[in-house]
Amino acid sequence: MTAAREAVRPKTGRVEMRDIVKRFPGVLANSGVCFDVVPGEVHALLGENGAGKSTLMRQLYGMYRPDSGQIIVDGTVRNFRSPADAIAAGIGMIHQHFMLVPTMTVAQNVALGLPSGRGPFTDTKGVSKEVTRLGNEYGLKVDPDAFVWQLSVGEQQRVEIIKALYRGAGLVILDEPTAVLTPQEVEDLFTTFRTMLTEGHSLIFISHKLYEVKAISDRVTVLRDGQVVGSGRTCDLSQQDLVHMMVGREVKDPDPRPHTPGPELVKMQGLKAMGDRGLEALRGIDLSIRSGEILGLAGVSGNGQKELAECLAGMRKLSSGKLLVEGHDMTNATVNERFDRGMAFIPEERMRDGAIREFTVGENVFLHDHMSKRFRRWIFLSFDRMREHALSLVELFSVKTPSLEVPIKNLSGGNIQKLIMARELSRDPFFLVAAQPTRGVDIGASEYIHDSLLAQREKGMAILLISEDLDELRGLSDRIAVMYEGGIIGIVDRGSSTVEELGFMMAGVTLEQMRKDGASTGKACP
Amino acid sequence: MRPSARSLNESERYCVRSLIFIDMPETRAKLLQSLSPRVGQNVKTGESRARLGNLMPSATTTGKPLRKGAPIDWTKVVLNGAMPLAGVLAALAIAGIFLALLKVDPLTAYKSLVDGALGSTFGLTQTLVKATPLLLVGLGICIAFRANVINIGAEGQIIMGALAGAALPLSMPGLPGFVLVPLACIGGFAAGAFWGFIPGILKARLRVNEILSTIMMNAIALQFMNFLLQGPLMDPENVRRGTFLAQSARLPKEVWLPRLVPQTLLHSGLFIAIILAVVVYIFLWRTTIGYQIRAVGLSPDASGYAGIDVRANIALSMTLAGGFAGLAGVIEVIGVQHRLLEGLTSGYGFTGIVAALLGGLHPIGLIPASVVFGGLLVGADKMQRAVQIPSSLVTAILGMIVLFVSGAGIWAKSWAAKRLAGRPQGTEATK
Ligand SMILES: Nc1ncnc2c1ncn2[C@@H]1O[C@H](COP(=O)(O)OP(=O)(O)OP(=O)(O)O)[C@@H](O)[C@H]1O
Ligand SMILES: [Mg+2]
Repeated sequence: MTAAREAVRPKTGRVEMRDIVKRFPGVLANSGVCFDVVPGEVHALLGENGAGKSTLMRQLYGMYRPDSGQIIVDGTVRNFRSPADAIAAGIGMIHQHFMLVPTMTVAQNVALGLPSGRGPFTDTKGVSKEVTRLGNEYGLKVDPDAFVWQLSVGEQQRVEIIKALYRGAGLVILDEPTAVLTPQEVEDLFTTFRTMLTEGHSLIFISHKLYEVKAISDRVTVLRDGQVVGSGRTCDLSQQDLVHMMVGREVKDPDPRPHTPGPELVKMQGLKAMGDRGLEALRGIDLSIRSGEILGLAGVSGNGQKELAECLAGMRKLSSGKLLVEGHDMTNATVNERFDRGMAFIPEERMRDGAIREFTVGENVFLHDHMSKRFRRWIFLSFDRMREHALSLVELFSVKTPSLEVPIKNLSGGNIQKLIMARELSRDPFFLVAAQPTRGVDIGASEYIHDSLLAQREKGMAILLISEDLDELRGLSDRIAVMYEGGIIGIVDRGSSTVEELGFMMAGVTLEQMRKDGASTGKACP
Repeated sequence: MRPSARSLNESERYCVRSLIFIDMPETRAKLLQSLSPRVGQNVKTGESRARLGNLMPSATTTGKPLRKGAPIDWTKVVLNGAMPLAGVLAALAIAGIFLALLKVDPLTAYKSLVDGALGSTFGLTQTLVKATPLLLVGLGICIAFRANVINIGAEGQIIMGALAGAALPLSMPGLPGFVLVPLACIGGFAAGAFWGFIPGILKARLRVNEILSTIMMNAIALQFMNFLLQGPLMDPENVRRGTFLAQSARLPKEVWLPRLVPQTLLHSGLFIAIILAVVVYIFLWRTTIGYQIRAVGLSPDASGYAGIDVRANIALSMTLAGGFAGLAGVIEVIGVQHRLLEGLTSGYGFTGIVAALLGGLHPIGLIPASVVFGGLLVGADKMQRAVQIPSSLVTAILGMIVLFVSGAGIWAKSWAAKRLAGRPQGTEATK
C-alpha cells in the first residue's frame, strides 16, 4: 500500500510531442503536430469536430502509435506500446466516453488491473481508504463502495479522475470532460483542477466551450484538419481570435426573428412516470407547446428531464397523464405511431440510443426511416436513395467522413452527433424533442444546429429543447420551463428573466418566493 | 480545400438548409443544381464517392484518392479467411501430439483423414452430402447470431423438421413429386420454425435464457421422435416381421431428391442449400427485415428508439433459425435416408454452430466452412478405422479445431486493432 501511496505524488516532467503524423484509412488525422505541456500548467486543445484532438491524445496515452514523430517525456524519447506504458510514465487520460465497469464498485474500478497491496487477495479496504483520501484532498467526493451504475455522470467522471490520480498520473489528459456536466459540476471540476495544479500536476484540457478554455487554461493550441493552426498564451488570445483560428470565420449568436407562434400542437397533462431506481421521476408535468414555438426545458440534471424525454419518445411508460399531439392521444402510442404523427427525437445518449456503432454511416442514415416508402421497395432497401440522402446530409452539415461505407464509430464524436442531428431534422417533423442537441459539437456546428432549429421554428415546428446550457436556452427559446424534482417549478417568457432567476428556480425556489424575498440579487452564474 | 457547402454565401446556405427538408428528391436536386452546380453534382448519385474526396480535406492532402466503392479491407479478408484455416492447422498439429502419445503416426492418420474426405469419388461426394445439412443449419445459426441470439436448439429443430418431412409424404402417398417435395420442405421448415419460435418468444417476452430453453427443447424433440418411431410411425413391415427397428416406413419414391452422381448419396439438396445461402445473404444485407435483425443484435437501445420492434425481431430470428434447421432435417430425410430413423441428426445441430463460426457468421463464408467440416467428419471416420483410435479422440480433435478457430478469430481481431493503432516503423529508429 505504501508503494502505491508514494506513486500518488506527481512526477511527470515536461511532455513533448514532435511532428506527429497519424493516418487512418482515407483520413490524415494528424499531420506534423507539435505539442507540449510543462508541469503546473493547463494546456487547452481546441479544434472543430474531427480536427484530430482525440487522436493526438490517444497517441500520447499509448492507445495508437504515431506513423511518424516523437513523444518525449522528461527529455527522453518514449515509445509507448500500450496505455500501461503511458501510465507507468505518469500519464493518465479521461476519455470522451467513460470506461468504467458498471457492475463493480468505485473502489474495485479504481484498483482494476493494478497489483494488490495484499498479494493475491484484493485489498478493497485499503483502496477505499485511499479513494476517500484522494477525494478529500482534491475535492472529488464519491462513495468508494457505491456501484458505478448507481452514479451520475458527474460522479463517474470523478471516479475516472481518482483512477488516474491513484495510478500516479502527473499529467492528466481530459477529453471533453465538461460536455456532460452541469455548470455547477464544471465549477467543482475546475476547483479540483486548481488543487491539482498547485500539487504540480499538469493538465491537457479539450473542450468546445471557449469560456471554459479562457477560464482555466494557461496556454492553448488550435488544431484544424490535423494541423496546428495557432498556439499561444490564453491571456493573449480573445475568444474571437480562438473562434477565428478554429473555424476561419466569425460565428454569431443565435438570433431568433420575432414571430407569433401558431396554434397549440402539443399538450402534456399531468404526466407521471417512475424512474430507473423505482422512485417517481415525473410528478405531474403540465406543458403545452405551440406550432412554431421553441419551449426550453432547464433544470439541473437528474430532475426528470431525461425521463420526460424518454416518455415522449415512447421508451418509458407513463404511469398516468395524457399526451396530446395535434389533438390525437399519443399517451400509449408506439414509437412508429409517434413517427407517423410527425414526432422526432434527438436522444441525450446519442452514442447509445441514436446510432448503431458498427453500422456504416450510410446504414445509420436511414435507421429510423428504413421502412418508409422512400427508402425501400417492397422488402428491399433502396441503397441508391439512401446514398443520395446521406450525401446531402453529409454535405450540408459538413460531416467529416472518408466515405459512406465506414462504420460510424470511426467518425469523431462530434461528427456522429452532427449526423444524427441532420438525420432527425431531415425527417421534417412537426414536433421535435431535442435533448442537449449541441453537446460535444464544435462552435461552427453549434451555430448551424441553432440556425436549423430556428429555421424549423419559422416553418411551424414545435420544439422542446432540453439543455443544461442556459445561454443556449435563453438564446433560442420562446419560453423556458424549469424542472425541479420531477415537476415544473415555473415557466418564463423569452427575455423576461435573468440567468440568476433561472438559477434560483433550478435550485427549487419559485418565482413567487423570489419576488417575495427579493432574492434575485443572488450570485451570478458564469 | 474546404467542404463545398462553405463555398456558398450565407443566403444560399440558408436556402439549401431548408431545401434538404423537402421530401421530393427530383425537385430538391433541381433546386440544388440551380443554386450551385457544385452542390447539385453531389446530389446526383453518380459521382458521389469521388466527390467525397473533396469533402475530406485530409484525404486529398494524403494524395491518395479515395477508392471507388467500399475499400477492400485486407484485415477483414485475413480475419475471415486465412485465420480460421490457420486455426484448423494448428489444432491438427496439437492433435498430432495426442496421436503420437497413442503410438499412432500422426502423418499416417492425417493422410487417411484427407484420403477419406477427398481421395475417392465416394469420399468427395460424402463430404458434400455432410456439408449440406451443416450449411443449412449454419444459415439459421448465422441469422440468430446476427440478432445476438444463440441457437443451441438446432438438433431438436432438425428432428422436428425431419418428422414433418417424413410424416407428410407418408400420409399422402400417390401425389406427384413436384407437389410432395415442396410440401415436405415447407412442412419441415414450418415444424422447425415452430420449434425455434417457442424459445424465441420465451426470450423475447419473458427473457428466458435461450441456451437453456433450446437445450430442453432438444430433449423434448428427441423423445417425441423416439415415441413416434416406437409407435405410430414405426414401419408396418418391421412390425409384421417382428424386428421392431426404430424407423419409419420408406418414403414414396416420388419425394426422393434426385441423385447427382450415380452410386453415391450426393443429391440435389446441395443446390438448395447453396441457393439459400445466397438468399440469406441478400436477406440479411439487402432487406428491411435483415437490417432490423442486425440492428437489434448490435444495439437494442438504438433499435428501440428507431421504432424497431426488438422483441419481434428476436423471436423472428429464432423462428428462422429453427426453420433452416428443420429444412436440414427434411433434406436429410428425402435426400439421404429416405425414411425417418434414430440418430438421424448425427450431431449436425452442434457441428453446424461451429461451421457457422468458422464461416465468420457470414452466409457466403459458410459455404466453404461447411465443406471443410463435412470433410472433417467423413475423413475422421476413415481415420478412425485406418489407425484404430477411439472415436472420442476424433470428437476431441473437432473440439480442438473449434477452440483454435475461435481463438484465432480473437487474436486476429486484436491484431487488426493493433495494425490500425499504428505501425511501429520509424518511431523505433528515432531513439
Ligand atoms: N479508429 C479510427 N478509424 C478510422 N478513422 C478514425 C478513427 N479514429 C478517428 N478517425 C478519424 O480521424 C479524424 C480525427 O478524429 P478525432 O476523434 O481525433 O477528432 P476530434 O478532434 O477528437 O473531434 P471531436 O471534437 O468530434 O471529438 C476523424 O476524421 C475521424 O473520422
Ligand atoms: Mg474527440
